[in-house]
Amino acid sequence: MIELTARSPFNGTLPLSVGALNLSQVDAGQMTALSPRKGQGKALASAFKQAHGIAWPGPGRISGREGCRALWFGHSHVLLMGPVPDATLCQHAAMVDQSDAWGVVRIEGAGVRDALARLTPLDLRETQFKRGHTARSEIADMPASVTRIGAQSYQVMVFRAMAGTLVEEIEVAMRGVAARAGGCDHAIGNHD
Amino acid sequence: MRLTGGGLIDRGKVMRFTFDGRSYEGVGGDTLASALLANDIRLVGRSFKYHRPRGVMTAGSEEPNALVTVGRGGQQEPNLRATMLELHEGLAARSQNAWPSLDWDLLALNDAFAPFLGAGFYYKTFMWPRAFWERVYEPIIRRAAGLGALSGAHNTDTYEKAHAHCDLLVIGAGPAGLMAAREAARAGADVIVVDEDNRPGGRLNAETEEVDGKPGYLWAQELVAELVAMGNVRLMTRTTVTGVYDQGSFGALERLPAEVAARPGAPRECFWRIATRRAVLAAGSLERPVAFAGNDRPGIMMAGAVRAYVNRWAVAPGRCVAVFGNNDDAHRTAADLMAAGVHVAALIDSRPDARSDLDLPFYAGARVCGSSGRKGLEAVDIELALGRREKIRVDCLAVSGGWNPSVHLACHMGGRPEWSDDIAGFVPRDDMVPGMAVAGASAGAMSTHACLKSGVEAARTTLSELGIKMPDKAPALPQADDAPYRITPLWQVHGKGRAWLDFQNDVTVKDVAQAARENFRSVEHMKRYTTQGMAPDQGKNSNVGALAVLADATGRSIPQTGTTTFRPPYVPVPIAAMGAGAQGQGFAPRRLTTSHAASQSMDAPMIEVGLWYRPSYFPRAGETSWRQSCDREVAHVREAVGIADVSTLGKIDIQGADAAQFLDFVYTNTFSTLKAGRVRYGLMLREDGHVMDDGTTARLGQDHFVMTTTTAAAGQVMRHLEFVHQCLCPGLDVSMISVTEQWAQFAVAGPKSRDLLNGVLDAPVDAERFPFMGCGEVTLGDVEARLFRISFSGEHAYEIAVPARYGESLFRLLVARAEEMGGGAYGMEALNVLRLEKGLLTHAELHGRTTAFDIGMERMISAKKDCIGKAAAARPGLTDPDRERLVGLKPVGAVKQLTAGAHLFGEADAATRENDQGYVTSVGFSPTLGHFAGLGFLKRGPERHGEVIRMVDHLRGIEALCEVTAPAFFDPDGGRARD
Repeated sequence: MIELTARSPFNGTLPLSVGALNLSQVDAGQMTALSPRKGQGKALASAFKQAHGIAWPGPGRISGREGCRALWFGHSHVLLMGPVPDATLCQHAAMVDQSDAWGVVRIEGAGVRDALARLTPLDLRETQFKRGHTARSEIADMPASVTRIGAQSYQVMVFRAMAGTLVEEIEVAMRGVAARAGGCDHAIGNHD
Repeated sequence: MRLTGGGLIDRGKVMRFTFDGRSYEGVGGDTLASALLANDIRLVGRSFKYHRPRGVMTAGSEEPNALVTVGRGGQQEPNLRATMLELHEGLAARSQNAWPSLDWDLLALNDAFAPFLGAGFYYKTFMWPRAFWERVYEPIIRRAAGLGALSGAHNTDTYEKAHAHCDLLVIGAGPAGLMAAREAARAGADVIVVDEDNRPGGRLNAETEEVDGKPGYLWAQELVAELVAMGNVRLMTRTTVTGVYDQGSFGALERLPAEVAARPGAPRECFWRIATRRAVLAAGSLERPVAFAGNDRPGIMMAGAVRAYVNRWAVAPGRCVAVFGNNDDAHRTAADLMAAGVHVAALIDSRPDARSDLDLPFYAGARVCGSSGRKGLEAVDIELALGRREKIRVDCLAVSGGWNPSVHLACHMGGRPEWSDDIAGFVPRDDMVPGMAVAGASAGAMSTHACLKSGVEAARTTLSELGIKMPDKAPALPQADDAPYRITPLWQVHGKGRAWLDFQNDVTVKDVAQAARENFRSVEHMKRYTTQGMAPDQGKNSNVGALAVLADATGRSIPQTGTTTFRPPYVPVPIAAMGAGAQGQGFAPRRLTTSHAASQSMDAPMIEVGLWYRPSYFPRAGETSWRQSCDREVAHVREAVGIADVSTLGKIDIQGADAAQFLDFVYTNTFSTLKAGRVRYGLMLREDGHVMDDGTTARLGQDHFVMTTTTAAAGQVMRHLEFVHQCLCPGLDVSMISVTEQWAQFAVAGPKSRDLLNGVLDAPVDAERFPFMGCGEVTLGDVEARLFRISFSGEHAYEIAVPARYGESLFRLLVARAEEMGGGAYGMEALNVLRLEKGLLTHAELHGRTTAFDIGMERMISAKKDCIGKAAAARPGLTDPDRERLVGLKPVGAVKQLTAGAHLFGEADAATRENDQGYVTSVGFSPTLGHFAGLGFLKRGPERHGEVIRMVDHLRGIEALCEVTAPAFFDPDGGRARD
């Protein structure tokens, strides 16, 4: 019998640290895109809550926790990260496996927002993009999903095929931030 | 000369630098300009056209003369303004535009020919002979005229781009900007304060006046400390706002201090995009010169700059100084110089009613009318009220012609400023930029008190617009100077000799007058005819002066004459900063297939298809050209089995009770009749009736389809489907998502493909379970896969899809098995030849201007149902039999080569546009057929099979006779794929 070997999208390039910032791969487990069938939005939300114990997230929001998390993933999609979706949900939703479609990383540490400011036009100010907020936007010209999962911690997802570019671009941004942090009087004070 | 006391400098921090190879010393806080002046260096550069000696004229980013080059090789950066270049240890600056040296510049000969080199000289002189312009005249002129140069080497510095967001952007950290920021910050707004200086405070750093009972610079310093401590204020120094764009977007260029930029990974500059809800423009004002004969000599400086050098940098720009002005700032300058112990030889005020209590030679109603000195100022000539002339020996002249509010940014969205007689300058109108208020000197507030007041007012207006609560009463203003601004305009002193307006582009009063004489009377025409305002300073020092002279020459008023258009950027922005990160491979993200590393290990050269990288061919030992590899790979597929990564094709998962109905609407043909477990080829039109894309769609279940698109159109098709669903048929129960990246998919093609698969799949496939155009699930050990029996090569073939994590592993396995069976991997070249032999299409043919009729698929537009593009495709113009339609082309003459892009002509016709019969879209050498095969579009093509036509490639100089054939050359019945 044939045995195929699995490869991660990041292929040994992670984790890496630059200054106070860390970039690591997130092994999200199963990732499933759920999209409500016509008129099934409410039924899906309650069945989802019942099956997985976490709320169906509204636009721009996430629910759950590490290991079982739901991300708003576009105008008609939610991405369930972690568990295998309850099979009965298919009465209410189109479910599509996305486990291999995305490279998922976590970037964290002091100055993480400065690094992200070099990569995305998203307004990540404390007051605007709080813990539990998520957005579909772009990172270094790549379509991306950006989620704030902690005070100084963000999850970033791009297409699997662009995972290499993602690591390179984030590393450059992290280096730029770290270099400034070494005693630069440029940005005195901050927003947070 | 450095003064013995005072200044906002760190005398303990001595720094060595070089200028043109000679070593000097400066101190902490110096700019290159202040350090040069401290070392008594007045000659800093040569002018653009006449190579006139020039020195430091200003103390800010508007500096027209003191431009230098730093760095070597890839790090060489020209045209840096010495006034903005912070001194640092080891700085090595070089002068520009002089040969062989700054001191002894042979090109200064141009100056002797000045009478011939005025405005319009080039236009008039180099008209004839016409061909000489590009080859002879232009290279000579370009060599003689110019500023600094790049090295020609690739830039090795790092640059950065970044985004920032706020409620209020305050542009300028002078008294007005700081008050606006304080007011907004106290009310709780998110504030960004941007200033191009490294030290906030604006003019307060350059003046001796007091604010709130303490020195102005100290008041600013304390206020900045207070703001920064508040937490909701971000101060960005060394950052110049360069442009204003729609919806609260601003561009800004940040220069990093040299010691930071030198750290590994640090950028030299960062280009910011700032998104804000509101903005306050408090950019101050720029002092303007007066045009008099010889006003460009090194040592002649702006009066405000002289005060800045004396007060901020403790530098005396001269040992014996005269001051000339038309407003009270001249008096202030003389007073500051005297207070600093510098000898002031004369105070010349053009206003006849001016008074002065200062203990110095005072000339009211007098004007400076000339200057002398070889490489620096030695004396000025003054014209006294009674018509007498006097020569005064000085080595520095401080000039003030008044102040021009910095209205530039307020005008970036097309608004024009209005003339204010009160301050003899242009001021912004209301609401020139939505959401932007203008405060301080930018708005024409000319005293410190007025600036503080207008800063608070601008912030309060802004806060109320934002709905942010603030105290009802504005806070008490700090005590500050509120002297009225008294000015009597003086633009030029008439007389003999050249009087400069635009120092950077060497434009004189005479040039502007001549433009007017030659009927270039519009300010925009004058600008282009004389090049006034077109140098890197964009006329900051000269625009208002030049249009005043133009107004005078044309007998109009200044408001009637108007200004030229203010456009971004406000200061020069290196392309490297705007395009930060985009050098080399950073230009675009790379999209790599799961087989990328495996293909690279097989030495496959990559070609880019959109963002994807795909292997071109897989060379083997002994093969010396791509054609050999390609021919072999084609033979593998025709005779054994080939493997190709086709993961880049778009894959869209479509589900829902109405999914079939939806597909019927977006495809020209019918999908609702497709059985589960079967695949169908589909054609998709745009609304305008032209072909958008083609591909196969598989029905995995009753309500579940997976559509494939071409690689090129994957994004476009996804967007189109979303549009159709959301806007045209939102009532349908259908949802879709891209699964392109979820699945790694490989073509297994050739007569031995089934044998190969049966060696790797857990359960063998047979014709019954997987007939041609069948699909279903299969397993490879633990891995669930999808198998499609489809063919883009015309052979018995499959595509197998596995979750992407297994892609590399499966690719290596399939290639190894194929090699054992006499086949192997094939790349894009072979893939292209294979499909050409079969007459199958790609986006070379579906290029956006072809219809279903053109490609011979008009019958695929189902008559039984509606679809996107159906009505438009039926328009007479799109079904005209005379249209260029798809044909195959086969060489039949002496020349055996076909080329894509060539045009088709009748055999006897001249190869001219009028006789054009069509064009060639794709060609390739077919090893199977033994000749080139081409696809193209030919007028009435399908009716002309068998005819011989002429292919002419004008670009490559290739001509060939071709026979027109059906598009499918090989196995036209398709029996091989069905077997």
